[in-house]
This record gives sequence, C-alpha cells and structure tokens, in this order.
Amino acid sequence: MLKGRHLLDPTDFSPGELDEIFDFADQIIQTPDQFNHLCDPSILATLFYEPSTRTRFSFEAAMLRLGGKVIGFSEPMSSSVAKGESVADTVRTVACYADIIVMRHPKEGAPRIASQYSPVPVINAGDGGHLHPTQTLTDLLTIRSAKHQLGGLTIGCCGDLKFGRTVHSLIKAASRYPGNKFVLISPAELRVPDYVTADLASKGIAYQEIERLDEVIGNLDVLYMTRVQKERFFNEDDYVRLKDFYILNADKMRLARQDMIVMHPLPRVGEIAYDVDDDPRAYYFKQAKFGMYVRMALISKLLGAC
Amino acid sequence: MLTITSIRNGIVIDHIRAGLGIRMFYQLGLDKAGYSVALIMNATSTRMGRKDIIKIENSVDFDITMLALIDPNVTVNIIEDEHIVRKVKPELPERVENIITCKNPRCITSVEKYIPQIFTLVNRELGQYRCRYCDEIYTVGKD
Repeated sequence: MLKGRHLLDPTDFSPGELDEIFDFADQIIQTPDQFNHLCDPSILATLFYEPSTRTRFSFEAAMLRLGGKVIGFSEPMSSSVAKGESVADTVRTVACYADIIVMRHPKEGAPRIASQYSPVPVINAGDGGHLHPTQTLTDLLTIRSAKHQLGGLTIGCCGDLKFGRTVHSLIKAASRYPGNKFVLISPAELRVPDYVTADLASKGIAYQEIERLDEVIGNLDVLYMTRVQKERFFNEDDYVRLKDFYILNADKMRLARQDMIVMHPLPRVGEIAYDVDDDPRAYYFKQAKFGMYVRMALISKLLGAC
Repeated sequence: MLTITSIRNGIVIDHIRAGLGIRMFYQLGLDKAGYSVALIMNATSTRMGRKDIIKIENSVDFDITMLALIDPNVTVNIIEDEHIVRKVKPELPERVENIITCKNPRCITSVEKYIPQIFTLVNRELGQYRCRYCDEIYTVGKD
C-alpha cells in the first residue's frame, strides 16, 4: 500500500512496490490520455530551496498531466524561508494547503525532517549531495524498459561520484537486485563516499573503483554518465590531466557492447559528445521522458488515486 | 612514579586509550564533581604502552554504554571496600541520541538546531554509526 507514504530514500519502497509503480508508469506510457483527470482535485506543492529546472518541470508536468494543480516556490529567497523559517514550520504550513509535497534542499536529510512534521506525503527531489530517489525511479524504469530486467547487470557509473547524488541513489537501489555488479569510474578525488562502498561490501556485492573509462567500457551493460565539474578538483593540473577520461564520444562507444545503454541524469556539459546522440545506445533523452511518466505514477500511488 | 591512592568505594575506568581520558572526563561531567576524582594520563601499561585511567570515589550513576562511544576498549571496575567486585566491558548502544554530532557540514542538523542528533549502529566490529539524516559514517575512536 503506497497511499500516504513518503519517498525519501530509493530503498523506502520494496522491489515489489517499485514494480507496482513501474507497471503503472508503463500503463500511462501506453495510454496517457486515459489518466488526464486521475488527480483532478489534488494540489502538489513544490518546495525548491535550490535551483532546478528539469526535476521541477518534470514534477509539475506530471501533476498537470494528471489533472492536478501545482503551487510552490523555486527560489527560497522569495518565500518565508528568507525570514528564517525552519523546514519543520514551512512544511507544517504548506501541508495545510497541499495534498502532497515535493522538496529539494541543499542540506542533506532535510526531506526526512520534513516527513517527520508533514501529515501529507513528502517526496525527496534531491538533498545536497545525498540522494535523489525519483531520479533513481526514472533510472530503474529506463533500465527495465531497455534491458527487460533489473538484476544480473554490470552497471558502470562514471564522473563525479563523490557529489553525484543520482549515483548514490542508483547504487543503493540497484544493489537490491541480485547479480548486479558496479564499476565506479572516477578520479581518486571524486570517488563515492565511504558509506556507499561500505554498504556494497556489507552485502557482498562486487564493485571495482577505477580511473579510466576506456579500460572498462567493454564490460558494461549500463553506463551512467555524470558531470565532472572543474571546481570539484583541488588543482587545475589534475583537472586538465583527468577531464578527457570522463568524456564519452563515438571513439569510446566503439569499445562498448552493442547492447550497452548510455544514461545521464542531464543536463550534460560536455561529458557526452554530440556525436553519441544518434547512437541507438544513447538513452538519456528517453530517460528524461521516463522521468515524467514515473513521477505521474508515483504521485498517483502516493495520493491513492489508483 | 606518580602515586595515587586506591579508592574505597567507587569506579575505576581503566584501559582508556592515551589521550581519550580527558574527553571521557568532561563527557561524564567530572570537572563539576563534588567528590574525589583522579584523571591519570599516559600511565605505563604493559599491554597498551600508555593508557589513561579515571578513578571516581563515589557510586555515580551513569550510562556505561556512553563510554564505549569514546573508547570501546575500556574496562569499568566497580570497587567496594577497596576490592574490585565487578568488571564491566561497555557495549556500543544500537541507537545514540544527542551524544555524538554529525561532522558533515552539508547535513541538515548543521543548520536546524532543534533536530536531535540521531545515529544508529551499522557495524559493531568497526564501531561505525550512521547519521539518521545524511548517512554520514561516524567511527568510534577515530572521529
């Protein structure tokens, strides 16, 4: 039963419950018009304490396509937050007006605090460098659609794995499906946080940490790319030395399997060359569309509309 | 050799890793104690090389598990009539509230001070706790 639940962490729902959401997303993809009025009287509040266009638009489009309405802020300085209001008080107030709350916050764990004070479902839309569970739902639905399975895969994550919350969430969620292995490709400075590898080690899941993409791309079923930002490096020399290792182009794609898929949470800033876009293995724009459908399914389920 | 007399009734916290005794001393609020207390730092130990010891001449009531959060290897000796009547090895508690603090500057607890600092034990062997909010790992004796 998903009605009334919060989604703070990608593992809050069991694999069976996630299947329920993915199955419903598949139904929406098949016949979207049939669900135009599913959430007709409901209001979604988007509390975005840091800038986002893609995730916010995706949630707002999802609710509007279900016939619901949207309120919220996309810039905290234009809200009561600028006056120093706590997360707890903001959420308790907004819950008086809305049926479901979506929160993005630069501080890690803020949506959990929100859930402790909210009588309506709270969805974590990204908290600092921590987790981004609805991106994970998007990613899992994309993998399921492309590979027809969520287990037994070798998943490569490439780029900034230290601050890349989408990667942390994906690893956490995908590690629940049997047979998955992880190849973590990043400069030493941007490796995944210790808690991520500690989790994998405690579950006995195989993982490998490596610096060069071209050395391992041929082993992957899924390649999940993220941005490597210059400001994350300690010095300019390291950035210049390493940045090309994390750019995917047609030359590197020639080393990959024919059935590998390339994913990216977007926006990209040069880490996937435009010459990859026409490759049938490039899934990142399809992934963005799956994101809206999976959010439609999630909102419907948490509101108990289906 | 420094000589400190034995205590008649009270508690001796022994085998404290050298350097951690003072932290334990303050954590137990012994700096405000109205009874005899001794903090011995860098005492010679055949097993540990150097160690700290705390002697408390009083039957104080405190949560022994809290000591394990600072140094899980300590021994707590209960003294009655100048004899050790019981030795206790404190165990790490499953859940800790408002004793350790999340060191992640991006954690919500760093700005919203009304939130309790909650940690749960994830690996007893390694002494690792996880912050309830941001998942940051705290390792006992290291952080």
